[in-house]
Amino acid sequence: MMQCPKCHAQMNTYNRNGVQIEQCSGCRGIFLDYGELESLTRLESQWSQQAPPAPPAPQAYPAAPAAHAPAWGAPQHGGHGGHYGHHRQKGFGRMLFSS
Amino acid sequence: MTTTQTSVVQDLGTLAHRLSHPAGARCVCEPPQVLADRPDGTVVRSGAIVAKAHAADSDHEALAARIALAAAPQLTGILLPPLTAPGRSLTAPEPSGGPQHPEPSGPPAPAPRPVTLWPLGAPVDPTDPEAAPWAEAAVLLARLHRTEPPFRLPAMRGPAKAARAVARMRAALPGDPAVLPVLAGWRALPAWARGEVPAPARRSGFLCHGDLHLGQLVRHPAPDGPWLLIDVDDAGTGDPAWDLGRPAAWYASGLLAPEDWFAFLDAYRSAGGPAVPADGDPWPELDVPARALTVQTAALALAKCAAEQRRPDEHEQLMIESCARIATLPPELAADHAS
Repeated sequence: MMQCPKCHAQMNTYNRNGVQIEQCSGCRGIFLDYGELESLTRLESQWSQQAPPAPPAPQAYPAAPAAHAPAWGAPQHGGHGGHYGHHRQKGFGRMLFSS
Repeated sequence: MTTTQTSVVQDLGTLAHRLSHPAGARCVCEPPQVLADRPDGTVVRSGAIVAKAHAADSDHEALAARIALAAAPQLTGILLPPLTAPGRSLTAPEPSGGPQHPEPSGPPAPAPRPVTLWPLGAPVDPTDPEAAPWAEAAVLLARLHRTEPPFRLPAMRGPAKAARAVARMRAALPGDPAVLPVLAGWRALPAWARGEVPAPARRSGFLCHGDLHLGQLVRHPAPDGPWLLIDVDDAGTGDPAWDLGRPAAWYASGLLAPEDWFAFLDAYRSAGGPAVPADGDPWPELDVPARALTVQTAALALAKCAAEQRRPDEHEQLMIESCARIATLPPELAADHAS
């Protein structure tokens, strides 16, 4: 259980459109993990652009909206996955072939 | 490597060779090839025959049910069928000659390992990431998960294997602070994912593979036949999301490229797989299995590092780092999203 860094009360986790936020039960302060502010900003811009045609999705996978990865995923997921292209070769390691 | 292991390899090679070699023909066979040699699975090939010695502590009745599953007509085109007839009693092969068991004065003879026989298939090429059959694997899983269990089967062993991996890590590294993030991630999991209680009933009745990775797929007949799933040692009924959990864990930790993950997920959904909803956020269902498999992978990595006296490599380190983050975001809170 996370404690508020300001008032030390317990923080509760909420998941909003795939973005994990912690809110303090005491002072109501909000804690954002790495990349979460960007995720919120992205969601907001998607929302505000819904009247005109939506911008092209950052990835060619329409089945995956905001929740690309779990909140505990690697920090790279804060971006648009562009870090992966050059990792593909090295990512195809022994680990993918064993229990 | 103990003498026992070596004799198992020899016995399997002899058995596979005896079955693949035409009777009476002059032997021009290649020597038997060891495909895997671990306490929970030693696999040796001769010609088109593969002989597998299962774990010494296998539950023989459960294993027989799993082998019968692979042989069941309902699973044709999904699981590679065995060469052994279902229900046949499984015994270790006879030693190929000479005294191979310890003398009475030596340590007690090891428990015999059940042996099964399989046709040879062509595995995934580890040097060609572009050709990895992610979509094919997902379709096979979707078809497996959609198949009604043809008879009563033991529970899928995924959570039990995760618990075993954590126990192995603790035994290998007593008091070592390196295990702390992994243990913290483990303790944050619900009891069913640690194998302590059965999975929630609404998700526990599906046919599952139980140990999916890229080494569990072969083309049969080799080299161009359709892809099939192999290794039913951990198969049974359970939460089908477990079978998606390992690719999900690799993706979440940054090991699997998004294009590969989404090819896998989209193919699973298109094939009507029941583990995740047909559209929308799949993570409420995937979250706990992916956490558990991240912990399992990190625990095994640390145990192997201890045995080999080395530091975790780059990939292993990514999984260990995920454990630390898993521990700070308990799944009970994430479940808020699922309700």
